[in-house]
Amino acid sequence: MVDLLAAKNIVKIFGTLRANDDVSLSVKQGEIHALLGENGAGKSTLVKMIYGALQPSSGHFEWLGKQIAIESPSAARALGVGMVFQHFSLFEALTAAENIALALPGKFDVNTLSERVRKLSADYGLPVDPAASIADLSVGQRQRVEIVRCLLQNPKLLILDEPTSVLTPQEADQLFITLRRLAAEGCAVLYISHRLEEVRQLCSAATVLRHGKVVAACDPRKETPASLARMMVGTDVEAVHATINHHLGPVRLALNALSTKADGFAVAMKNAMLEVRGGEVVAIAGVAGNGQSEFFDALSGETAANRADAVMMDGVPCGFENITRRRKRGAAFVPEERLGHAAVPAFALSNNTVLTRHAVDEGLAKRGVINLSMAMRIAGKVIAAYDVRKGKPDPEARSLSGGNLQKFTVGRELERRPGILVVNQPTWGVDAGAAATIRQALIDLARSGSAVVVISQDLDEIFEIADRIAVISRGQLSRAEPKNTWTLEKIGLAMAGAHEVAHAA
Amino acid sequence: MPLRLEKRAEPSNTMALFSPVIAIALTLLFGAMVFASRGIDPLHGLYVYFLEPLSDEWNLEKLIVKATPLVLMGAGLAVSYRANVWNIGVAGQLQMGALMAGLVPVYFTSWQDPVVMPVMLALGILGGMAWAAIPAFLRVRFNANEILTSLMLVYVADFIFDWLVRGALRDPQGHNFPKTVNFAGWQNLPSWGDIHLGAVLAVIAAAGLAFMLFRMLKGFELRTLGAAPRAGRFAGFSASQSIYFCFLLAGGLAGLAGACDVMGVGHQLQTPYATPVYGFVAIIVAFLGRLNPVGAIVAGLLLALTFLGGEAAQTTLHIPDKIAKVFQGVLLFFVLACDTLVLYRIKWEARK
Amino acid sequence: MEQFYAIAITIVGASTPLLIAALGELVVERSGVLNLGVEGMMIIGAVTGFGAAYVTGNPYVGILAAIFGGMLMSLLFGFLTLTLLANQVATGLAITLLGIGLSALIGENLVGKQITRVPNFQGVDILIVFSFILVGLVSWFLFRTRYGLMVRAVGDNHSSAHAMGFSVIGLRYACVAFGGGCAGLAGGYLSLAQTPQWVENMTAGRGWIALALVVFATWLPQRLLFGAYLFGTISILAFTVQTFGWGIPSQLLSSTPYLVTVVALVLISRNKRLLTANTPACLGQAFVADR
Repeated sequence: MVDLLAAKNIVKIFGTLRANDDVSLSVKQGEIHALLGENGAGKSTLVKMIYGALQPSSGHFEWLGKQIAIESPSAARALGVGMVFQHFSLFEALTAAENIALALPGKFDVNTLSERVRKLSADYGLPVDPAASIADLSVGQRQRVEIVRCLLQNPKLLILDEPTSVLTPQEADQLFITLRRLAAEGCAVLYISHRLEEVRQLCSAATVLRHGKVVAACDPRKETPASLARMMVGTDVEAVHATINHHLGPVRLALNALSTKADGFAVAMKNAMLEVRGGEVVAIAGVAGNGQSEFFDALSGETAANRADAVMMDGVPCGFENITRRRKRGAAFVPEERLGHAAVPAFALSNNTVLTRHAVDEGLAKRGVINLSMAMRIAGKVIAAYDVRKGKPDPEARSLSGGNLQKFTVGRELERRPGILVVNQPTWGVDAGAAATIRQALIDLARSGSAVVVISQDLDEIFEIADRIAVISRGQLSRAEPKNTWTLEKIGLAMAGAHEVAHAA
Repeated sequence: MPLRLEKRAEPSNTMALFSPVIAIALTLLFGAMVFASRGIDPLHGLYVYFLEPLSDEWNLEKLIVKATPLVLMGAGLAVSYRANVWNIGVAGQLQMGALMAGLVPVYFTSWQDPVVMPVMLALGILGGMAWAAIPAFLRVRFNANEILTSLMLVYVADFIFDWLVRGALRDPQGHNFPKTVNFAGWQNLPSWGDIHLGAVLAVIAAAGLAFMLFRMLKGFELRTLGAAPRAGRFAGFSASQSIYFCFLLAGGLAGLAGACDVMGVGHQLQTPYATPVYGFVAIIVAFLGRLNPVGAIVAGLLLALTFLGGEAAQTTLHIPDKIAKVFQGVLLFFVLACDTLVLYRIKWEARK
Repeated sequence: MEQFYAIAITIVGASTPLLIAALGELVVERSGVLNLGVEGMMIIGAVTGFGAAYVTGNPYVGILAAIFGGMLMSLLFGFLTLTLLANQVATGLAITLLGIGLSALIGENLVGKQITRVPNFQGVDILIVFSFILVGLVSWFLFRTRYGLMVRAVGDNHSSAHAMGFSVIGLRYACVAFGGGCAGLAGGYLSLAQTPQWVENMTAGRGWIALALVVFATWLPQRLLFGAYLFGTISILAFTVQTFGWGIPSQLLSSTPYLVTVVALVLISRNKRLLTANTPACLGQAFVADR
């Protein structure tokens, strides 16, 4: 059979970085083809070129055996390429139908389109309300809008970038059914993921990228997760070492019916109950956009709680205290967004050290004057202890890679040896080596007597490091139960909101 | 597009230093073209405009006097803009400072001892602060855009000033001219030639603000909130407080500038006084000084020169002094355009 | 009745330039660009329009020149903010400053000159009619056409728009130029139809009020119509009251439009829901495409 799409020796260079280096692959009609690789391996760059959003520095693409140049996304769409982005390309201010209309060529008529949307989405089991504003939709619903938008263009090749990272396991299963049906109808699917299990379930071919190069092409059904992981990472990743901890300390962090105000598009927390003891890691699982960042802000004090005793740290009510006061109580926080929240992009690492430590380190801001050499010393310690790789002695935060900046922002807090640590998505977008380092450091901190809360969407990570797991769904927090009482199915149901009736703890 | 920008890995320090110089050079080039278009020898025009005003001591004094309020306002604005607080109504705050300071000579004409001077300066600062506090309050309490409110209040301040100086504060012996009594004795600032105490205060303020901005936690707070508001909140800094702080600081300095101006130069209140455009010049000072309070000193002197040059051009070259405003606007353009060079490299590429 | 009609016509005259300038800026802001230089573009439009009408003797040529003048200024703004990625707030101020200076320089010989006014029927001229049509056109464009949707999309999320293959910068240039043309036309209305004469600084802050009107209208063209006429009415009433001799200081009355602007901004801004519903999410942010 002729290849539908073939990439021939694609090279893409950003400045000095070779994001894609001599990449070749071919996708056949009706095939679900996995593109595997770690974060930063060059998967997104490659598909953006296939979708015409980027142009290769050298090399070319072939479509049904003929050499072509994909000059723009609209050219790609005309060819029959549809793409579902990881960070969706939807416009929140517009309705679902308007969003879809923007992508379709031909006569511009939102009303007749709405009818087509309703029909097609029902047909494929992906219900979408054409009149709904995107801003009001959940992440899973938004993905459906994106997929329906692609399907309306009768694609010959559908590209999905990490689609399941925002879905519950059950929603993911529904997606797989749709994808298999599409493949049976002759549509090729290019499926980007780093989740090996689902790739083995779904895909009949795989291309593995590492550091921008193709390192393997295989049939994933004939591989084991371990062999796939080795191809992706190159070396065996050091396993995170977690012993079960039977010597728990006193309760260090307690939430008593913590609620937050619904403000604009934020998801309000409703009566969250939680106790975290010294010595344990409690993980909060959930699909993106279910109140995780609001939960984090309420714990950190960036937003005030409903009552003073809604948040207790080491037995002291501090729901009304700001983040600085809570830090002084020995708490530390690492938010999800590295640039712009955890760190100021344009500031040097030394200045970014001052950011979270000006109030807790004696002498860092004496009589209002910043001791820069002391900030440098602390930054130096963090950099050395957590192996932060950088180009110059005191670089700006934005010049670091995601993984290295994450090691810095986590290390900046760990270096204080905080009694309570709250981390949101500790290894999001971080390569496997750095992720293992960070996870190990979190466990080690807990074992030294601190209470650690990890908010994560990555179930593998959660099962790797947590002692107990709670699930957050639409602002409701389930009970935190020991890891071994959770199954993937149970956690999936909870993520979809099934526990909401039984949350009273 | 044949022109495109390539982000530098790190901001260029060389360009940070040179971009204002390039901007000034381009402005001079523009000036030469304007003179040439009017049939004036460009070199002669540039000489008259930009060099002659610097040629004798008396002119230098005038330059410093002109620069004093600009530096005071520009330094305060530099701090505000670093914090992403957009006060564009310093002209109104300046007028209110002048007005408040002027109340003393009008109502306590015979009060003559060394205390009156600092009292008047303090009233000037308070006047500017009070006027600046309004947009700050409206922003913090009601989320009202401070750019628009602060500017609207310039017009209102101008009307209040005009109303009072024509009415309640007018000098009864002033032959109906719209002005107050003359300030006397201690109601004026000590001066050396034309240069008055305000110049000293401006330098002290600029140096102090630079220290605060780059060495102190408060300055760190403001820079953080300006560069990444979310990170500022994460650091425990309050955006509302910083809005108040910046408005009161820049407003206070503008009020001080107004007080110094009437106590050191005018020695009376008269209307019309300052236009909104005068406040925009202070904004140019802040940007040309690279949002660095010390840079505002150099920038303030340069902008003062554009005013003096405008006067010189009018008398010597018979060009309307409006040309000063054109040069000022063009200068700000080039400053903003050249600032791009600090973060980006400009590349020209052939059209595909 | 006649007196009532006369007042009504002056209200329309005061509201029309605000409406036209604000409609232009509304489209600009919908595309995610904040151009604070409305005042500068207006005053340039006023002087170029008046100058062209004076030289050619034809007020319609003046109208075209006013549009052209405002557009040129806006393209300067576009080049700095869209191509060179300069700060939009500061660049808008630079436009205003340059506009005020440049117009004074261009117009030094036009002060006191006479031109043929834009013809009108019972005080209603073509520009007044056009301003109403423009409200409908802008509304139809933004909410009913593909390009209008693209403009809103670019203002809402420029990264996604880029990923979709829209030309973010191209669309924004077009919107900025449209806004500049409208501001120029609004300025031209002052010097060609309303007064008709050239006076230095004759816009007197109207550009800023137009900017505030866009916020007040929460970026919706129909509400802009209401807002502009509300402001026009208030400023004319304040002006009329001065002639009654009630002893209210004229300065207080003159400052009413500015005070009303502040109050209106406060009233609309305190309602966060109303404001955020239509605020373009990318307003004022520079866009850099990775390539």
